[in-house]
Amino acid sequence: MSLVRLIAMITRAGRVAEPLSDPGPDAAIDVREGFEPPACLRGSAQVRHVDAGSCNGCEIEIAAAFGPVYDAERLGARLVASPRHADLVAITGVVTQNMAEPLRNTIDATPEPRVIVSIGDCTRGCGAFAGSYAVAGSVDDFTEVDVHVPGCPPAPEAIIAALRAVTRR
Amino acid sequence: MIAAIVVTLVHLAFALAITPVLIGVMRTVRARLEGRVGGGVLQPWRDVIKLFAKEPLRAPGSSAVLIWAPLLLMASSLVLCALIPLVSTLSLPGAPGELFVVVSVLLLGTVALAMLGLESGTAFGGMGSSRHMMFTALVEPTVLLSIYALSLPAGTSTLTAIVRARRDDLSTLLNPVSILAIVALIVVVVAETGRLPVDNPSTHLELTMVHEAMILESGGRDLGWLEFGSWLRLTALLGLTVNLAVPWAIASDASATALLIGAAAAALKLVVAAALMAAVEVFIAKLRLFRVPELLAGSFVLAFLSVSASYLVF
Repeated sequence: MSLVRLIAMITRAGRVAEPLSDPGPDAAIDVREGFEPPACLRGSAQVRHVDAGSCNGCEIEIAAAFGPVYDAERLGARLVASPRHADLVAITGVVTQNMAEPLRNTIDATPEPRVIVSIGDCTRGCGAFAGSYAVAGSVDDFTEVDVHVPGCPPAPEAIIAALRAVTRR
Repeated sequence: MIAAIVVTLVHLAFALAITPVLIGVMRTVRARLEGRVGGGVLQPWRDVIKLFAKEPLRAPGSSAVLIWAPLLLMASSLVLCALIPLVSTLSLPGAPGELFVVVSVLLLGTVALAMLGLESGTAFGGMGSSRHMMFTALVEPTVLLSIYALSLPAGTSTLTAIVRARRDDLSTLLNPVSILAIVALIVVVVAETGRLPVDNPSTHLELTMVHEAMILESGGRDLGWLEFGSWLRLTALLGLTVNLAVPWAIASDASATALLIGAAAAALKLVVAAALMAAVEVFIAKLRLFRVPELLAGSFVLAFLSVSASYLVF
């Protein structure tokens, strides 16, 4: 693509990010009883996403939440490549036999204070995959979840609401 | 002497204050051109403050390198900011502001980073370190040669003296020697600070990482030092380049007005240069790793031509 066409496209597209709406008290997320987001995570939370055995539906919604339209970066959230850099572990899907150990290792490799966010119905009650021989359990069986985002898959707005519950922006 | 100490402290304070803002400006420019809103100019500040509040988590069995390498990088970057004429050309008497000293201090931080990458023991860390050292080996001769070309009319290789001479004699700004050397230096800044097209600072693909691959295993406070140290290198190198390219309004004494004007001018020059760099990054893709040496060799040729031309011009 030529430089001129790219510049024309940038000016034509302008700002595609939707304005942030007020999440309101009945936002579609489950916050653990007594969960208080760590003070140091106000305005900045790096996210490590772990796919513990998801069908990739939630992944598409997470990609949308961090894309230009929902733009999670304005909340101070950013996807990072290493759990050592992360403050927030976002887990999707049921926990399969093969991912149980990597999931535990990822959570252990995240420095304190950390927040565990589970995304999608599979993380609570295993959804359509309940009872399969490949499933070791749901995320709740392995770790204490601070914020749960229900939905199959959850809308990007719900993922944004979960991030806002942690960064409070 | 006291004036020189004041100037050094002003340099350090200026660098510490402006660096996260510079990174924030670069991210915001990039976000706006991509149609996003972005985290805002102050987001890097929030990120590092948070990192310093977190416990550093180090892998079991790792040695003390994980502790001192981030501190060494931060210290070398601070020394770099103190030696480079960012706001004023007044230098600490007795402190070596020589070109070779500055390049060595730069190299100290690079080696600390490479050691850290090797210490993590993962394949990606070692890969990042080896790539980083390859870039360094190709970049350092260019830095030396291009600043050497600029030092010829000044007759000294002390950076503060070079900047002062260029500010006082504006005829040295617009000639082939100066332009070739500045273009070579810009490529150096891009390569040394891990920006596109040499390295992508926002990549998540381990195979394409250079800088990120080395710091994958550091977290919490350690990561805070590493991030801030690498950002300070950007401020120092970019500050040196813009002050060599447009050496206007740089203070030469330690009076409050001169320092204020110098700091404001330096901040403006740095923000404009950083915004330009970020805008250009939107239009280019990362180079294949094996094409990067061609780019760096090209910048070396420019620096070499600049030195050759300086014998014809001066």
